[in-house]
Amino acid sequence: MDFWTLANAVTSGLLIGLVYGLSALGLSVIFGVIRIVNFAHGEIMVMGMFFALLMFRWLGLDPLLSVPLAAALLFAFGYVLQLFVVSRVSHLPEHMQFLLLAAIAIMIVSALLMIFGPDAQGVQVGYAWDSFAVGELLIDYPKMFAAIASVIVAALLLAFFKYTMTGKAIRACADNRTGAQVVGLNVGRLYALTFGVGAACLGAAGAIILLLFEVHPYLAPGYTLLAFVIVIIGGLGSLFGALVAGILIGVSEALAALLFQPSMKSAFSFALLIFVLLLRPQGLLGKAIR
Amino acid sequence: MNTRRASAVNRRTLLAGVGASAVAAAVPLRRGLAASTLKVGVLLPRSGPQAQLGIECQIGADLALPILKTEGYPDLEFMLGDTETKVDVARAQCEKLIDAGAHAIIGCFDSGQTMAAAQVCEQKNVPLVVNIAAVPKLTELGYKWVFRNFPTGPMIVGDAFKNQKRLFGATGATPKTVALLHVNDTFGSSLAGALFALTPKFKMPYKIVEKIPYDPYGRDFSAEVRKVKAAKPDALWTVSRLNDAIAITKELVRQRVELMGILSTGPGWYDNAYLKATGKFGDDVVNLIPWYDENKPMTQKLKAAFAKAHPDLLMTTNQSFSFDAVLIAADAFKRAESTKNTALQTALRQTDITNNVTLGKGIRFNEKGQVPYVPCGAVQNRGGKHVVLLPQEAATGKPIWPMRPWRER
Repeated sequence: MDFWTLANAVTSGLLIGLVYGLSALGLSVIFGVIRIVNFAHGEIMVMGMFFALLMFRWLGLDPLLSVPLAAALLFAFGYVLQLFVVSRVSHLPEHMQFLLLAAIAIMIVSALLMIFGPDAQGVQVGYAWDSFAVGELLIDYPKMFAAIASVIVAALLLAFFKYTMTGKAIRACADNRTGAQVVGLNVGRLYALTFGVGAACLGAAGAIILLLFEVHPYLAPGYTLLAFVIVIIGGLGSLFGALVAGILIGVSEALAALLFQPSMKSAFSFALLIFVLLLRPQGLLGKAIR
Repeated sequence: MNTRRASAVNRRTLLAGVGASAVAAAVPLRRGLAASTLKVGVLLPRSGPQAQLGIECQIGADLALPILKTEGYPDLEFMLGDTETKVDVARAQCEKLIDAGAHAIIGCFDSGQTMAAAQVCEQKNVPLVVNIAAVPKLTELGYKWVFRNFPTGPMIVGDAFKNQKRLFGATGATPKTVALLHVNDTFGSSLAGALFALTPKFKMPYKIVEKIPYDPYGRDFSAEVRKVKAAKPDALWTVSRLNDAIAITKELVRQRVELMGILSTGPGWYDNAYLKATGKFGDDVVNLIPWYDENKPMTQKLKAAFAKAHPDLLMTTNQSFSFDAVLIAADAFKRAESTKNTALQTALRQTDITNNVTLGKGIRFNEKGQVPYVPCGAVQNRGGKHVVLLPQEAATGKPIWPMRPWRER
């Protein structure tokens, strides 16, 4: 195995890992603040993919240009969902919350099936077949653009939480809900905003991923599982951890496929998950539970 | 004075009548009685990764009904089942179709799903006419109710070897090394296993330098193609499905993997959706696959009906073998003159059809329920259409081999 083959594998894994990381951010945001595990994660992301598909078909819009629109649409969806549905069960046991979100996931899949049918569908952008070379390093345009877009969206999200008053208020709710209520923050509204932001993140990720892979309604469970693996490795609630874990998964899968067998890619992801759970249960960048 | 009138329908008669109707409704006429219509459960993947392929099979089955009616075959009624591209769902759906009154099952496009349906049909004593499934053990386990007019993995691979030698001989370009990239499911692994078992027997001029199985539910195929590139083969031989075939082609172009040729044994690379998605980059791929015989009268009828119903699509293996499966069921029903399972089974065993659609001399089952030899062809993608290269008697054009480089298209 020569150097360039390995370098190509690592680069490809890095680029796809950034996209994986962004897709997991939504899960991390929602769990980190509201403490609800979003089992409709993948389904919401697939909604974003289908929205970008429609924009491409109706307006000829590149999926990357659909990112803000998909994010806005799913922000509204997430906001309403939290305000009128999820908030009503937040005081119930976790298994009840799980059932609610699993039911929402099934309803989304059924709706997508009725609207779009079961077939895999994709977009053909002008640069879909193109790549450029740096030495013997080959980088394909769709993957590179998708990775850049993912970094931009992730940076905007991190900046929102770090620099805006609303972001700081959401973080305050995450750190101490009672304290946030005492100082007069509208926790219910902030939770709805958080779910909206998490869903917006998924909408953006969906539009970006459509550039790389085809979409069909049954795609969602795979992405939900992948997001769980990433956030558990990165640390539940840690945004930066999700990005790092995404890259780790992307690169490890690429190397495992190259050095062992491609059909073992998923096995390596789960091996990594078990390894992290055994040695650092709180995840690579998560806070230890005392 | 009692003026009550005598009535033809009194309370007791009414109750008895209602009771009898209820019993009659609860015990429907099941298998075993002569009927004018054969209920056929058409079990296919209509959702999930193989949805598009299942839908293409259904087109062939649907077109069979009016054509066979004009040929004097009796009426068939389809009951549709969806495997969701899952083995466990295939099993459950097969049971459901039989419980709902299906006299025979046709399906299931995929080997794993068909194996599951075969087990159910054996338990319930209902004939299963396989449209597409290559796994050898389907007709090697002593099943009494399974009938297949589709080549087994070893038949496909055997013909693939023979047709490759003819192709290399005709063009004078012979690869010395080949990488085998195959989907890691029942179909892919059984075909790849047959390939390795038969390689020494056919004394091929090349060495298989890399065998790469991949996840049937995979999303990103860059690593798989990178592994192919690292092996530096002269040619690539694939056993794929549709979505993976499209994704692999994209990666081959992006990673600039230049090859003498791409050989495909299996679906995906010749499908309409593939040709549409890949455009000029899908050209020159040589498919070593079961195909239809353009010269047969029934094929002409099917092609004409297909072109009328679907002018934007090309007829493929999926429609032709699904058509033949319906033909087999209709022919057996015509001779059995009954929907009784044992009568259908006996009729199926005695099948002797020559005017069918697919390549070969006709349809006759051996004692295992398998047509002993179903020949395969070599079909090349060219300008969004199919060019039959082999067998010679069905050829519609000459090969382009080696294939054209990606950047010169």
